[in-house]
Amino acid sequence: MAAVRAHVSLRATGAVARRQFVSRVSRYVLLAASLVGIIVLAYLTYDTLNTGASRLSWDFLNSYPSRFAERAGLRSSILGSAWVMGVTVLLAFPVAIGTAIWIEEFAPKNWLVTAVKLNLANLAGVPSIIYGILGLTIFVRFADLGPSIMAGALTLALMIIPMTVIAAEEAIKQVPQSIRDASLAVGATHWQTVRSHVLPEAMPGIMTGIILAISRAAGETAALIMIGAFTFIAFDNTSVKDDFTTVPIQIYNWTIRPSQQGFQVNASAAIIVLMGAVLTLNLLAALIRERFRRE
Amino acid sequence: MDREVPPVPELKVAVPSSMQSGEGGGAIPAMFAATQYLDEEERILKPAEPALFRLSNVNFWYGHKRALADVGLEIPVNKVTALIGPSGCGKSTLIRCLNRMNDLIPGVRVEGLVEYREQDIYAPKIDPVEVRRRIGMVFQKPNPFPKSIYDNVAFGARVNGYKGNMRELVQQSLRQAALLDEVQGDLRKSGLALSGGQQQRLCIARALAVQPDVILMDEPCSALDPIATLKIEDLIRELVKEFTIVIVTHNMQQAARVSDYTAFMLADETGAGSLIEYGHTQEIFTNPKDKRTEDYITGRFG
Amino acid sequence: MTRVGFDRQLSEIQEDMLVLAGMVESAIERGMQSLRERNLELAKQVIADDVKLNDKRRDIEEHCLELIAMQQPLASDLRTIVSVLHITVDLERMGDHAEGIAKVTLMMADEAPLEPYVDIPKMAQLASQMLVSSLEAFKDRDSARARAICDMDDEVDTLYDSVYRKLIEIMIEHPETIERGIHLTWVAHNLERIADRVTNICERVVYLVEGHILELNVSKY
Repeated sequence: MAAVRAHVSLRATGAVARRQFVSRVSRYVLLAASLVGIIVLAYLTYDTLNTGASRLSWDFLNSYPSRFAERAGLRSSILGSAWVMGVTVLLAFPVAIGTAIWIEEFAPKNWLVTAVKLNLANLAGVPSIIYGILGLTIFVRFADLGPSIMAGALTLALMIIPMTVIAAEEAIKQVPQSIRDASLAVGATHWQTVRSHVLPEAMPGIMTGIILAISRAAGETAALIMIGAFTFIAFDNTSVKDDFTTVPIQIYNWTIRPSQQGFQVNASAAIIVLMGAVLTLNLLAALIRERFRRE
Repeated sequence: MDREVPPVPELKVAVPSSMQSGEGGGAIPAMFAATQYLDEEERILKPAEPALFRLSNVNFWYGHKRALADVGLEIPVNKVTALIGPSGCGKSTLIRCLNRMNDLIPGVRVEGLVEYREQDIYAPKIDPVEVRRRIGMVFQKPNPFPKSIYDNVAFGARVNGYKGNMRELVQQSLRQAALLDEVQGDLRKSGLALSGGQQQRLCIARALAVQPDVILMDEPCSALDPIATLKIEDLIRELVKEFTIVIVTHNMQQAARVSDYTAFMLADETGAGSLIEYGHTQEIFTNPKDKRTEDYITGRFG
Repeated sequence: MTRVGFDRQLSEIQEDMLVLAGMVESAIERGMQSLRERNLELAKQVIADDVKLNDKRRDIEEHCLELIAMQQPLASDLRTIVSVLHITVDLERMGDHAEGIAKVTLMMADEAPLEPYVDIPKMAQLASQMLVSSLEAFKDRDSARARAICDMDDEVDTLYDSVYRKLIEIMIEHPETIERGIHLTWVAHNLERIADRVTNICERVVYLVEGHILELNVSKY
């Protein structure tokens, strides 16, 4: 049998050629748009590294603040950040996961719950300074905690709970209904189903959300300044009642000083430390996500 | 349970007069008298076997949308009963009414009587968890837990507080589900590492491990290839010796192959499904009484 | 309405079956004609045509099997195809009986006619009539009519009885007619079998319409 003869040209002509041209051009336009952001970021990174890298040393990390730039260090602010982050996680984690489970699994589907869910998204978008004002009023003054680690952690916990709840909700929603059905169909109770199947399945997503929330809290400055966190702490924190400072507050403090005193270099070095920490957390979140996705 | 002496199965084949005993034609009416119906039009057969489920005037609503309209039938013990009908006819809704799987969907409402062993399973004091333990379910897509084969099977027994030898129970359930030989070596392997057909048999083993009375199957083979499907069908015929099985299927040949009784359902223009005809599978597939059943079975539907 | 192609094929096998029935009817008629007129050519023709009849039946059977394998017929479709399969077998056997009559013609070629063949032509007429009616009942899906046709078989049986007795009487009185007489009982026997097979067709019509396999007529022969 003879093969079907080709009577049609398969080359792009006319309208097809025009559409393909637009398509090709659009690719470069989009690439250019992305490059703007990347170039700016690269320049900032380069500038920061260029200024601060020379200042990075064990002494810098291990010294208390000082009036003299070359003797000042991050010791008390790193410790303060660690304390605040630790307490924030302890406060926020159970509340956020509990809320998410209740909303997704147990809450009745009525307007009140719907309103709460909508407002969670709004709360996650509220500027952090507002949380600072709230913390100042309730925790620092009303609860008389003073500008302590506890007051700071409570404020940051309030700030990250909405976004953690949203992340956890999403993770719980991703657990296929079929798994729930399977569990219920063998006579498991709702709670047994949640504990044995839904939570383990959702955990990577929840963890990712929490780590991202922590990294946001780690970089938080405005809310903590608002509640009156100190900038000059020359001792190691030992309890949640202590006054405290954090790395971003220290950076802020250094950057607002006159430039000739050399604190700008300190600020750049501290930024490198903070950036490293946040990147590490984000990387961790990505790793957790990837690891569980592959399973 | 009204366990009576089972009447002679009606075969609808008249015995030639030459082969009949002395009384002449008397034998034929006696045989047909055994056939009872639940409705006046004689479309809904009352099975001769004792009924495990007895449904009457079951209506089901998703919010304001009625999904089942006045369904009434009896599901006999130790038989395979198939629910067939076009998409959206309410057959999945109906099967999920039998173990209260529909409870979890917000805004649903069940009216009428769904009796299991002469107890209204929607009565206030009935616990749906207990209902589901006795009335197991296998779903459309194989849905093993992302855990080991062993844990998959053991889970149900564990949550129900099984006190016996768990290892033995797991082995026995896997054997009953015709899967043991294929996984014997490595029960620690993830259930998700099995093939689709094996996964579905794992799900059957999981359902069997809580020692249920009934197994509901909601299109159990729709995600499987033909060979895996035939294996499950063989398994169903094996399991029905011990369990009562209700199966929803889109595949009419499958209903014909595995079931003893077949119910044909159809939705009206509002989307409410009702039972059109119910009878012996062989009768439904060779000689349906209702024109709509005939049209569906012969592929001339709609 | 779906399955247009399947529906067309379903009507094809039924039409083919009716064509086959027409061939059988004509074979019976021509067989009897050849006997009546001592027409050897016609008898040979009937015998030769039986091959065509067999071929036709084989074609229909193959078509039915193809439909069963390819279309998985159920319910009335299945009953139609099964009925056609059974009926065509019966029709083919009827054709063989008609051929048997034609063979008798050849054997009796040089014998004188006996009586006016007593009631044999009447038997033939009744059997043909039953055949045509049964296929009309099939076409009309009329099970009541199919049942009624079976009663006609009793008439044929009664005629067969009387023909048989009459021939025996003649043979006893005129022993020289024995050979012719025996040939004619064969003819009568063939016609009786044809009528009997019509009742099989009627049973299939009842099955097709009502879904029950029923033994409508237990012939005494």
